[in-house]
Amino acid sequence: MASTATVAAPHAPAAAPHTETGVWSWITTVDHKRIGILYFFSSIFYFLVGGIEALFIRTQLIVPENNFISADLYNQMFTQHALTMIFLALMPLTAAFFNYIVPLQIGARDVAFPRLNALSYWVYFFGGLMLLFAAVTKMAPNVGWFAYAPITERQYNPGPNVDFYVLGLQIVGLSSILAGINFIVTILNMRAPGMRLMRMPIFTWMVLITQVLIVTAMAVFTIAITQLMFDRMFGTTFFDPARGGDPLVWQHLFWMFGHPEVYILIIPIFGMISEVIPTFSRKPLFGYNVMVFASVLIGWLGWGVWSHHMFAVGLGPIADAFFALSTMLIAIPTGIKIFNWIGTMWGGSIRFTTSMLFAVAFIAMFTLGGISGVMHSVAPSDLQQTDTYFVVAHIHYVFFGGTVLGLFAGIYFWFPKLFGRLMDEKLGKIHWVGTMVGMNLAFFPMHYLGMYGQPRRTFTYPGDLGWNWMNLMSTLGAYLLALVTGVFVWNVIRSARKGAIAGDNPWGAATLEWSIPSPPPVYNFREIPIVHSRMPLWEEDASKEPGIPHGKVAEDVNAITVGGTQVGEMEYPDAESKMSAHDLGIHLPPPSYWPIILAFGILLVFGSLIFRNLDGALHNLWYLSVAGVLLVAVSIFKWAFEPGH
Amino acid sequence: MSIVNAADHAANPAHLDTSTGLDNRKMAFWTFIGSECLLFGSLIATYLAYKGRSLVGPLPHAGRTLTGQQAEGILDIPLTSLSTFVLLMSSLGMVLALAAVQRADRKGAITWLFATAGLGLVFLGFQAYEFNHFYHAGLTLQTNLFGSTFFLLTGFHGAHVLVGVIYLGTLGMLAVKNQLGPERSMSVEIAGLYWHFVDVIWIVIFALVYLIK
Repeated sequence: MASTATVAAPHAPAAAPHTETGVWSWITTVDHKRIGILYFFSSIFYFLVGGIEALFIRTQLIVPENNFISADLYNQMFTQHALTMIFLALMPLTAAFFNYIVPLQIGARDVAFPRLNALSYWVYFFGGLMLLFAAVTKMAPNVGWFAYAPITERQYNPGPNVDFYVLGLQIVGLSSILAGINFIVTILNMRAPGMRLMRMPIFTWMVLITQVLIVTAMAVFTIAITQLMFDRMFGTTFFDPARGGDPLVWQHLFWMFGHPEVYILIIPIFGMISEVIPTFSRKPLFGYNVMVFASVLIGWLGWGVWSHHMFAVGLGPIADAFFALSTMLIAIPTGIKIFNWIGTMWGGSIRFTTSMLFAVAFIAMFTLGGISGVMHSVAPSDLQQTDTYFVVAHIHYVFFGGTVLGLFAGIYFWFPKLFGRLMDEKLGKIHWVGTMVGMNLAFFPMHYLGMYGQPRRTFTYPGDLGWNWMNLMSTLGAYLLALVTGVFVWNVIRSARKGAIAGDNPWGAATLEWSIPSPPPVYNFREIPIVHSRMPLWEEDASKEPGIPHGKVAEDVNAITVGGTQVGEMEYPDAESKMSAHDLGIHLPPPSYWPIILAFGILLVFGSLIFRNLDGALHNLWYLSVAGVLLVAVSIFKWAFEPGH
Repeated sequence: MSIVNAADHAANPAHLDTSTGLDNRKMAFWTFIGSECLLFGSLIATYLAYKGRSLVGPLPHAGRTLTGQQAEGILDIPLTSLSTFVLLMSSLGMVLALAAVQRADRKGAITWLFATAGLGLVFLGFQAYEFNHFYHAGLTLQTNLFGSTFFLLTGFHGAHVLVGVIYLGTLGMLAVKNQLGPERSMSVEIAGLYWHFVDVIWIVIFALVYLIK
C-alpha cells in the first residue's frame, strides 16, 4: 500500500515534522500523537496545581496551632489536592502515554476511533477547567475525595462545593470511559500482523488491563455520583439518613470504584517499569507470561477488596475476614512482579540513566508502600491506623513512590520519542536525588505521626504532643519536592527545544515504537511491520552474534551516549518521513472540530447544573443544561455523518 | 491497513482487517455494553439494598414500611406486563429489520425499523402514563427510598429506550433516503446490539422490581 519512494536525503536542519501548525490544528486534531502531547502538557500543568495545593496543606501544618489558611480552606485544599492529582494529573499523564505509545507499540497508524480519542481529551479538558475554577474561587469540594455521605447532602453542605465534585467528576469520568472503550478496541483489534496477545509489549498489556478496570469501575462511580447529584439537585433520599438513606451504600459504591481506581493508577506504571528495566539491563523481561497473568490477577482481585477501606465501619467478622484475606492475596501477584523486575536486572548490563534510576527507586519505594498496605489489610491493626497520618504515608508511598516515580521513569524514557530530543541527564539526576530525599523526608515521618495518633484531614494540632519536629521535616520535604519539580519542568521545557537529538532508538530498546523516527511522522509506520517476536528490534542482534543471550545487543553498553554530542549529530528526522501521508498513499482521517463542540455541550449539560443550587439571577442559568443537551444531540448527528470518517 | 475505514469495511465484509476479525465499532459497542452492565448493575444493586427500607409509603407491593405503617402497593403488574410484552416484541422487529437490510429489502427495512422504534415509543408511552399515575398517587423522586431508587432506575432505562428510538428512527430515515443498503448493515446490526441490550436489561428490571415481592 505504501509506495517505496527513494528520495535522496538532504541534510535538513532540525524542524518540526508536523506539516500543520497553529492553534486550530491542535484543536481539531485527531492524531493520537498530538492528543498524547495535549494530555502530557495538561497533566503536567495539573501536577503543578496539585503540588501547590499540597504546599498549602504542608505549610499550614509546619508548626502547631498555625493559621496560615482557614479550616474551611484546608478542607478544600486536601480534597482538591487528591482530586487534582488523581483525576487531572496522574490518570491523564498515564493517558498521555496510552495515546502516544500504545498505537506505536502495536504497529498501528492511529487508535481505533480517532475522533472519540479527541473527544476524550476535550471532555477531560473542560472537566479539569471546571474543577480548577472551583479551586481558585475557593468553592472547591471540601469533603475529601471519597466524599462520605451524609456530609455531602445539601442540608449539611449547602454551597456549590460538592456540586463541583459531583459534576466535575461526572465529566472527567465520562472522558475516562470513552477513552477506555477506544483503547480496548485499539489494542485488541489494531495490532500489526503477527502480534499475538502474548507477543504484545508488556506496557500495552498493562494498558489493556487498566482500560478494562476503567470501563467497569468508572461506571459504578458514575452511578454513585449520579445518585448524589439527584440527592443534591432533585431532593432524592439516597444518602439522607433522616429519610432512610444509608451512608454505607455510598461507601460501598465509592470504594467499589475507589479500589480499582488505585490499580488504574498503578498498573500502567507496572507496564512502564517493565519496559524501562529490560531496556537498561539489556535483558528481556524476566517472566513475561507470569507478569501478564499476575497483572490480570491483580485487576481481578482488585474488584474484591473494596471493603478493606471500611474495616472501621463495623461490617462484622465474616466480611472483615473475607476482605482482609482477599487484600493479603493481592500481595502475591504484586510480589511476583517485584521479584521479576529484580530478576530482570540480575546479571544484566545495567545502565543507570535517569529513567532507570527512577525505575529502580520505584521498586524500592513501591515495596515500602505495599508493605504498609499489607499492614492495613490486617483488620485489627487497621482499626489503629484508620484516619491517621499512617494512611497518608501509605497512600503517598504507593502514589508518589509508585505512580509518580514510575511516571518520571516513563517520561525520561519516552520523552525522546515524543519530542525527538533527549532530556538533560545532569538535570535529571539532580531531579532524581532531590525527589528521593524530598519524598522520604516528606512522607516517611507520616508513618510515625500516624502511629503517635495525628489524625488525617485536621487543619492543626496542639504543640505539646511531640509531633512538631516530624511535621516540620515533612513540610521541608514537600518544599524540596516542589523545588526539584521545578528542575524537572525546566528540563522538560528546555529539552523539548534544545535537547540533544535522539535518533530513532536512543536507548537500544526492543519494541516497535523505537523502529520509527523520533518524533514519528504523522502516519507512524510507512509500512505496517510484521511481528515475529516480543522484541522485534532485538531479535536480529541475537542472531548476528551467537553466544549473546537472546535480546542482548552486541554494542558496548558504555558507548551508548546519553545526551552526548555523538547522537547530537544525527539527522532529524530523515527527509522521507517529512513526506505527507497523502504523498505516500496512506489514508488518515481528516481533522474534525466536532469533538471539541460535543465536549463543550457535555460541559454545558453538567456544568450549568451548578447554577441550580445558587441564589439570585444565576439560579435561572441552569436552563443552559437544556441547551447543552441540544448541542450534544446536534453534535452527535453531525459527528455520525461527517464525511471522511 | 491499520486505519480502519468503516465504510470500506462494510463494503467488504468478507475481508475484515482487524486483528480479531471483529469490526471495530462492533467491539466498541460490546465494550460499551459491558460498561452499561455496571451502570445498570449499580442502580439495581442500590434498589435491592434499599428494598423494604422506605420509611413512608407508597410501596411497590402492599406491605409495611420500615416504621411499621401499613402501605398500599402501587405497581400495576398486569399493565407493565403489557408494556414489557410490547418492548420484547420490538426485539423481533429489530431482527426482521436487520434481515431486511441484509437482503437489500428497502421496504422491509423501512417497515421494521419504524415498527421497532414505534414499539419503543409505545413502551415509553406506558412509562409516561405510569410515572404520571404514580405522581398523582403520591410517589415522587423525593417521597421515599422506593421513589428515589425506582424512578432513577426505570428513568435511566427509559432514557436508553428514548435514545434507541432516535437511533432507529435515524436509520429508518436513511432507509427512506435509500442510503441504507446491505453495505451498511453493520450499522443496523450495532443498533440491534444496543436495542436488544436495552430489552434484556428491562427483563431483569421487570423481574426484580415488579415480579419479586
